[in-house]
Amino acid sequence: MDYSQFLVMRGEISLLVVFLLIFLIDTFGGQKSLKGLSIAACVLFGLHTIWNIIPVDSASAFGGMYQISPIASVVKTVLNIGTLIVLLQSISWVDTADVKLRRGEFYELLLVTLFGMYLMVSSGHFLLFFIGLETASLPMAALIAITKKDSESYEAGAKYLFTAVFSSAVFLLGLSFLYGVAGSLYFGDIAVAIAANRTPLLIATLVFVLAGMGFKLSLVPFHLWTADVYQGAPTQVTSYLSVISKGSAAFALLLILYKVFFLDPVIWQGILWALIVLTITVGNLFAIRQKNLKRFLAFSSISQAGYIMLGIISGSAQGMTALVYYVLVYIFSNLAAFGVISAVEHHSGKVGMDDYNGLYKTNPKLSVVMMLAMFSLAGIPPFAGFFSKFFIFASAIHSGFYILVLIALLNTIISLYYYLLVVKAMFINNENECAITPFRSDNGSRVSLVVCVAGILLLGIASCVYGYFTDLSMLGI
Amino acid sequence: MEYSVIILLLPLCMFLFLGLAGHKLSERVAGILGTVGLTVTAVVAYMVAFNYFTMPRNAEGVFDTLQPINFEWLRFTEHLHIDLGILLDPISVMMLVVITTVSLMVHIYSLGYMHGEKGFQRYYAFLSLFSFSMLGLVVATNIFQMYIFWELVGVSSYLLIGFYYTKPAAVSASKKAFIVTRFADLGFLIGILILSFFTETFDFQTLMSNPTSLVTETAGMTFMGCSVAAWAMALIFMGGAGKSAMFPLHIWLPDAMEGPTPVSALIHAATMVVAGVYLVARLFPMYCAVPEVLDLITWVGAITALYAAVVACVQTDIKRVLAFSTISQIAFMMVALGVAFDTDLHAGLGYMASMFHLFTHAMFKALLFLGAGCIIHAVHSNEMSAMGNLRKYMPVTHITFLIACLAIAGIPPFSGFFSKDEILTAAFEKSAFWGVWMTAVAGLTAFYMFRLYYRIFWWNKPDYGHHTPHEAPKTMYLPLIFLALVTCVAGFIPFGEFVSVNGEAYHIHLDWSVATTSIIVAVAAIVLATWMYRSENSKPKALADKFRALHTAAYHRFYMDELYMWVTHKIIFQRICRPIAWFDRHIVDGTMNMLATVTNGVSYSIRKLQSGYIQWYVWVFIMGALLIAVLAMCF
Repeated sequence: MDYSQFLVMRGEISLLVVFLLIFLIDTFGGQKSLKGLSIAACVLFGLHTIWNIIPVDSASAFGGMYQISPIASVVKTVLNIGTLIVLLQSISWVDTADVKLRRGEFYELLLVTLFGMYLMVSSGHFLLFFIGLETASLPMAALIAITKKDSESYEAGAKYLFTAVFSSAVFLLGLSFLYGVAGSLYFGDIAVAIAANRTPLLIATLVFVLAGMGFKLSLVPFHLWTADVYQGAPTQVTSYLSVISKGSAAFALLLILYKVFFLDPVIWQGILWALIVLTITVGNLFAIRQKNLKRFLAFSSISQAGYIMLGIISGSAQGMTALVYYVLVYIFSNLAAFGVISAVEHHSGKVGMDDYNGLYKTNPKLSVVMMLAMFSLAGIPPFAGFFSKFFIFASAIHSGFYILVLIALLNTIISLYYYLLVVKAMFINNENECAITPFRSDNGSRVSLVVCVAGILLLGIASCVYGYFTDLSMLGI
Repeated sequence: MEYSVIILLLPLCMFLFLGLAGHKLSERVAGILGTVGLTVTAVVAYMVAFNYFTMPRNAEGVFDTLQPINFEWLRFTEHLHIDLGILLDPISVMMLVVITTVSLMVHIYSLGYMHGEKGFQRYYAFLSLFSFSMLGLVVATNIFQMYIFWELVGVSSYLLIGFYYTKPAAVSASKKAFIVTRFADLGFLIGILILSFFTETFDFQTLMSNPTSLVTETAGMTFMGCSVAAWAMALIFMGGAGKSAMFPLHIWLPDAMEGPTPVSALIHAATMVVAGVYLVARLFPMYCAVPEVLDLITWVGAITALYAAVVACVQTDIKRVLAFSTISQIAFMMVALGVAFDTDLHAGLGYMASMFHLFTHAMFKALLFLGAGCIIHAVHSNEMSAMGNLRKYMPVTHITFLIACLAIAGIPPFSGFFSKDEILTAAFEKSAFWGVWMTAVAGLTAFYMFRLYYRIFWWNKPDYGHHTPHEAPKTMYLPLIFLALVTCVAGFIPFGEFVSVNGEAYHIHLDWSVATTSIIVAVAAIVLATWMYRSENSKPKALADKFRALHTAAYHRFYMDELYMWVTHKIIFQRICRPIAWFDRHIVDGTMNMLATVTNGVSYSIRKLQSGYIQWYVWVFIMGALLIAVLAMCF
């Protein structure tokens, strides 16, 4: 056997090493070393991120089951950055009484799901893809339910697990149809076998595969679990779920559509068209009425997923670039918002929008960070969110989806309304009697928020990032 | 010369730092920090200039155009993309020197002038912002980058004019400046869009490599009797005319004098207002391809020069006199560009002359404004009636002011003489008509400047009471001395060696017939001014009574502001804005309100979808998938 092909998987291997080290510390380290586990996890994961920051060349291993391309390895780096921010934000949270004893599990489960996402992003075979999908989903249910004493967290875990299993079943059904048609599970073989062959069976297959991924991306109508789970899960897990899991699923879906179904894009573009319109609109309509910030961000992330899909629908390298860029910006913006929420929640236990009234007077810095995050999510120039929306709209326009972009644009107006509601609460509304008192957030959150703010402010101006992504996605997936 | 990027980054960092953390610093620290930052910037700019001009010329005898930094920022189509970068060529390097020098002087000067003002830190933050924007404007590699920085200087100018935001006059002046220049920039933007639509590029170097591309691309296309190419270039000129306060878009500049005086020196005399001239110079080969626009520029410039010079003769607020003098002098530069009709070395003399005058004017006009600042600082008034005989009290200011007046009047050996002489020569070369016109304006210039000079430093001895005027502090008069020295020697710089229309070295030689005429005219004007204003007398009043109509009209700036007021209020507001407002309020808002109500209603009615029951979730999931599948099969 040619062992050198393991080198192609060096991203996965280094992640595995990080995982094993943490596992060892957790298992054999004494009570004292557990205290340092959170720091150790950040440092180790930071090293892993830096180690893999240079994209690898296109390569395949294990008979084409595992395939990697420069842009896919950039996606992994983007996921790494997001995970690192989440890890930083959870440093103080894992010390709370509720999770203290299980903090090792938190890190282990988190890294395992990330490993699953890695496999999804770089698979060339549906079997590996499915293993990745499951590895990314099932431990997530345990993560969501990690705060044992909290019944909401429990409920959320159960709901997530049921829906995940159900959607996997649907996805698997689609796969079995595909296998029946093509006789193979290799992406390349299937693409050849189904070329421009528009039978009802294939359409059903496509819809089932889309539904399976739509669950992970929480596209409407596969999204109903999202709000309950986001609200119930611990904030750190919610933020991980809303950006990392979603970002990896978006790229994985793009991979399937571009590699397997690329010969007949019209049919899946039609389906996606409808899904995007539904997702953005319904997500927005629900977001308007939310009073709980975590629930609010759940719906906002549903509509954001709709925008991300605009990069896929264009079916071009430009769309792929725009998608990766969008995910990167979205990671910074959304994690900034979640970082503030978790800091406030950690301090006062409050997550309602009314609780944020007058936050600017008591915690001006956090309010400004939150404001920047909201502006970036809403796409207000000159923040990064504007540029990511601009690029993703441009890619869809280039492929001729004028009406779709128009609908998306109209929806940004609605989204502006509810994002600004948060800003209004913080800056304009008067404090209520039980306002959040001034406090100092922990160092981990502070570092992560500084990173996020830097991302929001600089990514739009520094076009080199986008140019870099463009160059890499030109090399193909 | 990658290090030239420091010139942009340092002022930007200063702005961010002073803007964000300024309130925590003491006045002294903030001021010194800003000044040191700009000193470093200026040193780097001088290094760039030195390295650039000592570089060997290329085979055609021209300095290479360098682009040390250029990166793509936003890509629209395959050809069309906005870049951000740094372009170094003779005029941009020359502008770097001018801007950093004047800005540094203003920074030092403001340490004394703004001492004790509320918002001192904010003032320095804005100065840094302005320096950054202006430097970014001149080194822009493409017209869109220029436009971005163009708007940024507009914003910083707005912020600085309205610095005393508790004064209603300052607030309305800043608003006026912003609106008028924005209106002009609308034309600029349309011009850019037309230009880039046909030439498929924003990039200056690509445009310059084929300056007739716009004309050939739009061949045969006309709009309202003029060719599309002419429209595009004229609209771009409109942006320049707005910034450079050309008639009839000049109305904002006199009001802009409400800002702090050092700001007037920096922005509204030396740097920002010449951006329009710079724009035309930057695109000069393209303007040569549309000679009718060059004629337009000449006419606009000539009318502005005359108009502003006449108005300047009767104003009584010393800063307004200087403001109108600025308008008139910038118009000189515009005329110089307009009469240069070709990119040939000799026919393009006006190009060199205009850049030369831009350079010398920036120095002596900054000097005049800073001197005026000292005077205002001493007597606490802008009005001539509060001044007189100040030469006794303020010797340094007096001498430096006199040098600047001699320079602007065109008396050798001061710098203004040399540059103005080149402009007049260029005008005479085009036609005797323009030559005579501009010589007459030059005479008027000498007259109103010496009227100003005598009214401030001679005339009578008003009763200063116990509040005797005194010389300004050191931080204020040292910049004056420096600028005065520059004014004395700048004329001897072999400017044509560095900057000329096609880049080849041009040896400046005085055309003695033109020079003699202009000296005689200037001296005559000065003698007249001496006779009228040396000591207090009734001659000016008698003259004003004799030409009462003309005097009143000129005093009211020929009622241009009133005309604008009438047009905007009576015609635009009443006839156009009212119906639009009605439409907006009832139709647009009505639609929007309806949309909002519908959105809200739908949002309320579908809330049951989110029931919390997982059975229901799964049901929707599978039904949704099946429905989509069925629909997809049908289509």
